[in-house]
Amino acid sequence: MIEIEGITKRYDATTVVDDVSMVIEPRTIAVIVGTSGSGKTTLLRMINRLVEPTAGVIRLDGADNRSLPGYELRRSIGYAIQGHGLFPHRTVAQNIATVPVLLGWDAARIKRRVDELMTLYQLDPQAFGPRYPHELSGGQQQRVGVARALAAEPNVLLMDEPFGALDPIIRNKAQEDLLAIQKRFGTTIILVTHDMEEAVHMGDKIAVMDAGKLVQYAKPAEILAKPASAFVETLVGASEKPFRLLSLGRVRDAVETGTAEGEAIPGDASQRDALAELLWSGRPALPVKGADGKPLGRVTVDGLVKRAASPA
Amino acid sequence: MKEAGVKAWVPSLLRLALVVLLIAFVSNPGWFEPLLKPLTESNAPAIYNQGSLLTLTLLHLRTVLIATVAATTVAVALAILVTRPAGVEFLPLSRSLVNIGQTFPPVAVLALAVPAVGFGEKPTLIALFLYGLLPIFENALTGLTTLPANVVEAARGAGMTGWQRLVKVELPLSAPIILGGIRLSVVISLATATIGSTVAARTLGEVIIAGLLSNNLAFVLQGGLIVAALAVLIYDGLSAIERYTARRMGQETA
Repeated sequence: MIEIEGITKRYDATTVVDDVSMVIEPRTIAVIVGTSGSGKTTLLRMINRLVEPTAGVIRLDGADNRSLPGYELRRSIGYAIQGHGLFPHRTVAQNIATVPVLLGWDAARIKRRVDELMTLYQLDPQAFGPRYPHELSGGQQQRVGVARALAAEPNVLLMDEPFGALDPIIRNKAQEDLLAIQKRFGTTIILVTHDMEEAVHMGDKIAVMDAGKLVQYAKPAEILAKPASAFVETLVGASEKPFRLLSLGRVRDAVETGTAEGEAIPGDASQRDALAELLWSGRPALPVKGADGKPLGRVTVDGLVKRAASPA
Repeated sequence: MKEAGVKAWVPSLLRLALVVLLIAFVSNPGWFEPLLKPLTESNAPAIYNQGSLLTLTLLHLRTVLIATVAATTVAVALAILVTRPAGVEFLPLSRSLVNIGQTFPPVAVLALAVPAVGFGEKPTLIALFLYGLLPIFENALTGLTTLPANVVEAARGAGMTGWQRLVKVELPLSAPIILGGIRLSVVISLATATIGSTVAARTLGEVIIAGLLSNNLAFVLQGGLIVAALAVLIYDGLSAIERYTARRMGQETA
């Protein structure tokens, strides 16, 4: 659990982060969204004390984050940044092993962990371990960056626009990978982004920041349904709201009884994808299949349209 | 492709030939006497006869090596100091000191140093050391201040201490640029070391000065050629190391 209490950061006369308080539950993903200059990155960097706050306290599992020297604190917290920041003079395996080496793990344990993470990220340890970062594609570099951040099995992972430099297709894959890995390790993730789409997709909760202040901190559905201010409303994008709301739900949860013609859609696809498919193919209903391929029922345009309406 | 392969071999062959020629000349100068004889007048010796060319070459190299190691140590240490938060205010001061070292002519340094430390190798070392500081310092400064920001950020974020960041990230990343400074400094020192012989340092300058004093063109030429060959070979060798370190990091090779 991460408790942020009255955190303020001032540079001379400018207040970058203004009295922010929030609690991030363990094993969840909190996404901080905001425009550039909203203070979201500074807030993130105060959690691992890359920036020291002017006022306020941040507690990690009850312990003040100032109870350790900064560098020791940072070894216990994963940190992944935009453009990955891989060390160009070190191999992929050495990059991933950075924090474990700093912590003094023995060689066998480091190798086991590096191999495990590389396998998890679909990078063959034999083939990619000895390569240098510049020999990898952008998507592979990004994966190595996240693997490096996770290497020492941190409970908390901070990510600053980790997918910002990726093209849309690779970004999608990277987001799915991260969600899968978060489930597997139970890591608490705090992710900074300016992309509301990404925030709605990834976040258990979304924190919206504007001019250093925390404007709203709530579940994605609530942010969409009840934006706290005109700023949040703009950020959500009025015309995008119904679709974002649909993207939160799975097809499985919108299934009606009955049958329909044509190719079935998997139950764990998003309702937004289902609606898009319906509209595109001009059909009123689609069959739905479970993970085992068995039919679950169908989704209809009418049903989805009702779900896309404002819950208020 | 085959043509390119052949072309790539030509410089290496030339270098190898130069190395063989240089070794042959300094160890057995007698073989080359017929070539240099036409440059002498009234039966003067064509090959330097007041000492062994091999010994002088080795002493010359030793002088340059000592001066460069000292200059590198001081210049890199200074560059590290002024790029730490605690040392930033010393940057202008260090810059001026190092610049003075470069603008002060080595001959003048020799003249000033001799009364203080006497004749021989010492004043030469002082002159070369001062003269060699600037390129290394400036390059080290450039290297340490132009590191990719997100890499430095990642090093901090991973929990490296200031010292670990310096040793594990900052110095290795600036190594190619620092090596470039050392290369410049070495080449300048190789040439400048010859004037050390005016204050009785044992360098290849002895051969050139002897030639000038006795109006013997053969002496001047052999002293100058050995220094030139050393400079070319060492420059090439250091460039190759530089390219290797840069390529490993995926940096553009110059």
